[in-house]
Amino acid sequence: MIPAQFDYLAPTSVADALSALAEAGDDAKVMGGGQSLLPILRMRLNAPEKIIDLGRIEELRGIRDEGDHVVIGAMTTYADVLASDLVRQHAGVLTDAITEVADPQIRHRGTVGGALVHADPAGDVGAPALALDTEFVITGPGGDRTVAAADFFVDLFETAVGEGELLTSIRIPKHTGWGSRYEKFVRVAHQWSIVAVAATVRVEGGTIAEARIGLTNMGSTPLRATAVEQALVGRAATDDAVREACAAAADGTNPPSDLNGDADYRKHLATVLTRRAVLAAAGG
Amino acid sequence: MTAVDDRPKTEIGSARKRKEDQRLITGRTKWTDNIQLPGMQHLAMVRSPFAHAKITAIDTSAAKAAPGVSLVLTGEDVKDIQGSLPNAWPITADQKAPPHPSIAVDRVAFAGEIVAVIVARSARAARDAAELVDVDYDELPAALDLKESAEDAVLAHPDLGTNKSAFWQFDSADAGTGTAVDDAIATARDGGILIEREYRQQRLIPAFMEPRSFVCDPTGEQLTIWSSTQVPHFVRIFTAATLGIPESKVRVIAPDVGGGFGGKLQYTPEEVIVTLAARKTGKPCKYTETRSESLLSAHHGRDQWQRLTLAATKDGTVTGLKVDLLADMGAYLGLVTSGVPILGAFMFNAIYKFPAYQFNCTNVFTNKTWTDAYRGAGRPEATFAIERLMDELAAEVGVDPMEIREKNWIKHEEFPFTSVCGLEYDSGNYEAATARAKELFDYDGLRREQQQRRDSKDRVQLGIGISTFTEMCGLAPSRVLGSLSYAAGGWEHAEVRMLPTGKVEVVTGSSAHGQGHETAWSQIVADRLGIPFDDIEVLHGDTQVAPRGLDTYGSRSLVVGGQALVMAADRVIEKAKPIAAHMLEASVDDIEFSAGTFKVKGTDNGKAMAEVVWAAFTGHDLPEGTEPTLDAEATFDPSNFSFPHGTHLCATEVDTETGAVKIRSYVCVDDIGNIINPLIVEGQMHGGIVQGIAQALWEEAVYDDQGTLVSGSFVDYTLPTSADTISFVTDNTVSPSTSNDLGAKGVGEAGCIASTPAVVNSIVDAVRPLGINDIQMPCTPERVWRAIQSAGSTQADPTTGSAQPHFDEGAPNQAPPDPSSSASAEGAGQ
Repeated sequence: MIPAQFDYLAPTSVADALSALAEAGDDAKVMGGGQSLLPILRMRLNAPEKIIDLGRIEELRGIRDEGDHVVIGAMTTYADVLASDLVRQHAGVLTDAITEVADPQIRHRGTVGGALVHADPAGDVGAPALALDTEFVITGPGGDRTVAAADFFVDLFETAVGEGELLTSIRIPKHTGWGSRYEKFVRVAHQWSIVAVAATVRVEGGTIAEARIGLTNMGSTPLRATAVEQALVGRAATDDAVREACAAAADGTNPPSDLNGDADYRKHLATVLTRRAVLAAAGG
Repeated sequence: MTAVDDRPKTEIGSARKRKEDQRLITGRTKWTDNIQLPGMQHLAMVRSPFAHAKITAIDTSAAKAAPGVSLVLTGEDVKDIQGSLPNAWPITADQKAPPHPSIAVDRVAFAGEIVAVIVARSARAARDAAELVDVDYDELPAALDLKESAEDAVLAHPDLGTNKSAFWQFDSADAGTGTAVDDAIATARDGGILIEREYRQQRLIPAFMEPRSFVCDPTGEQLTIWSSTQVPHFVRIFTAATLGIPESKVRVIAPDVGGGFGGKLQYTPEEVIVTLAARKTGKPCKYTETRSESLLSAHHGRDQWQRLTLAATKDGTVTGLKVDLLADMGAYLGLVTSGVPILGAFMFNAIYKFPAYQFNCTNVFTNKTWTDAYRGAGRPEATFAIERLMDELAAEVGVDPMEIREKNWIKHEEFPFTSVCGLEYDSGNYEAATARAKELFDYDGLRREQQQRRDSKDRVQLGIGISTFTEMCGLAPSRVLGSLSYAAGGWEHAEVRMLPTGKVEVVTGSSAHGQGHETAWSQIVADRLGIPFDDIEVLHGDTQVAPRGLDTYGSRSLVVGGQALVMAADRVIEKAKPIAAHMLEASVDDIEFSAGTFKVKGTDNGKAMAEVVWAAFTGHDLPEGTEPTLDAEATFDPSNFSFPHGTHLCATEVDTETGAVKIRSYVCVDDIGNIINPLIVEGQMHGGIVQGIAQALWEEAVYDDQGTLVSGSFVDYTLPTSADTISFVTDNTVSPSTSNDLGAKGVGEAGCIASTPAVVNSIVDAVRPLGINDIQMPCTPERVWRAIQSAGSTQADPTTGSAQPHFDEGAPNQAPPDPSSSASAEGAGQ
């Protein structure tokens, strides 16, 4: 498991990283925590000439409270997000999802930003980021631009981050007081999600006032189950009421078929897991 | 303050922590890949991406010109010197097998087969150069499906003319050990019960922790090979036999080895290639496989279709069992590939009193990685089949599955019992183990809960699975192996060296690779010779240090090698007695030995072992004609196998909505005879149970229709971790084995043999009221869910390739399950 030879750059500022990226062009690959990239290199599935490691850029790490938003630096590790009370309090479904990511070793190396840009549809942070209406701050030579969650995930392993750009932070609107649940379905604990559902729900007086639902691995990108979200509004947080609203959770999805399940099974799982996630998020 | 002697009264039976674990757990030890030698060269392999193809051209010029490369080998380069890899178990006189080259010459027969080898100054240079080798292939049709291959639809080896390697039969009427099974089946068909099923043993990958690594140093008079192997003595013999190197010129060392599970019971292409490369370059050569290469090309395990016919009377008394196996050899015959299914031949009847039995096995070639020994080797397959069938029989009779077992098993007072296969089960007590297991499990309480969940149509149904297994282990009486056409014997060797300062070196021919021999062997010698545990060093795994041995597999080390050790230790005492008598000025007949001291009977007059050892060492004053040494050795050839048994009980919760299976409780009570170290036994049980559960729930080596291994990494080959398992409740009953003085039975494979059917039985038990009587392994959530989905409909859609009764249209007991006869299928959380 020896990668092909590559040049290794470890810039210490975003500006340096961007100029390195501009200079390298197509030949470079940006590395976050390396938890997906390193296996790819070691199995020689890819052989970039340059690796630009963002691991030494301090300004990309950390979690900040910015009024209505929680801001997470792109190079913040899963473990740091897990330990954050701020995230737990205002974006609980992200904490729930990260609890289920791989194993402790990977959670201490892997970064939230790296996973989002890698955009594996089976990854666990895309669906909660989508459900929480996260804003993605992308930095390029011309400065920052902000992309809405709905526009960030383009296709399999493809995001709105363009050539010569970096994802520098994500801004999550506070969902304070919302209940949350990440229902992850796997065969063994350290596996990628076969299907997972991120649900966060605001309950008022026993009925669902608002609901946000993201689906993991139900298509080439994380998906938002907006029809279910709308159907849930005003319903009692009971099994029967929620079941009916969640029946459409898999409508319009296009999940893969592989060793862990055919597409029709995944669709079935999506409806079951959505109901369970919503009920749990609603405290049912 | 009082000095406390905290040593256990006897070492045997004490839960000593393993003395080898400090270095094994920290990794501060010699693994093969750690070995660095001056001038060492590193190898990388070019492997075929195709399952079956002609090699039309190989261009190695770019690789040869790459930096650091000293040698590139192709099959063409070595075809006259590489020999053919050995198969030590030709099960029939007319067994067919293709030549088995280490480097393919003009044709590859499985994806992963080596076609070229790079030798270079660094592992990286070798890997880089391997990318530069250009191989032209002409793809050939590949034999992939086992059943189709058995029909010779596509030939895995066209020159062989057939995919069938051998057909092997055991028939109790022919052997004179029982009656004719076809008569029993005919009788059962006419008014009795006939259970006909087909079960799949999926292909598994041993997935040992340490990938395989090999070093060959050609610079001494003896060629020295370090190998991460279970079988250094076999590697020495087969290096000589395959490459024509005199055995006396070969030394093989298995340093600390990180697990094997049968996967390192092999003489491999890589061992041949490293040796050839070292001899060609004159330099030490090393090859360490990647995990991907390990999963792809180290031998796989299991992979059988089992057609089973069980005959019984209406009340559930078994009258006959017929077994028809198709066993997938993969592309070649490895060391014991062909014999693995035969190791199960005598175990399908298990603990039950079948009067008639027939076992038929057809070994079949396919264009896949070759199969060979994997933990349990033959016996898990047999145990799975019979334990699943006993549940089916119970369902047919309409009684609790434990009751059907009790009705048919060998009673405690019937031991020793000669089975329908002619094996003599020396000891056992199935009633006692079962009673204890049921108590620990709260069997009756869980059955009540199961009924409540059924009655309330709970979304989560509870299933209870039983496995009252036995196995034959402690391989093996040499004469039995001879009668089965196995090339080697089954004895084991030990030596006890009494060092002048009172310390002891124990040399064993077994070759531990994680089992804990150093601790257990020390405990045995400590008790036998009255030597402190810490004063004993156990040496193994080097043919120069331990020249005689048959290594470690088949749960044999303790029951065969341990007995050799007992015999050697006893010889030390016998050699010491005349010297002690001389020192004590007494007659030898008056000397007795206990707790490390030789005493004159009836007196306090004695000499400690250390004093006698010193006297023997100096030789200053020994009785006339006495050798000046107490060192002793012994070789033990067992007269019988040992027959561990146990009752394993598993409760699973099946989520009928998703098909997810969760193990709720697992209890096992095993009878492995006398226990040397309960902690080691506990560890063996835990590891074995998980490995068996993994077959039931998680693991499968899957190939696509091109013959590519899809589950080629741990992303897709879903090996469980501790996060996926639960805490097991283990206990033991003790019926000492009579085949060795320790009274011990093997435990290395027991958990793995027993647990698989317990888990599957529990899943089927959970959903049986829905009309389901089988789910194919691994019982993935999707398979369970599909079984539940299809159970309610009349045009039941069986799980892919799965087993439903189907052999004889219109025969009795062949009706599809009738859901209306039991609890409604609507209980499935709808």
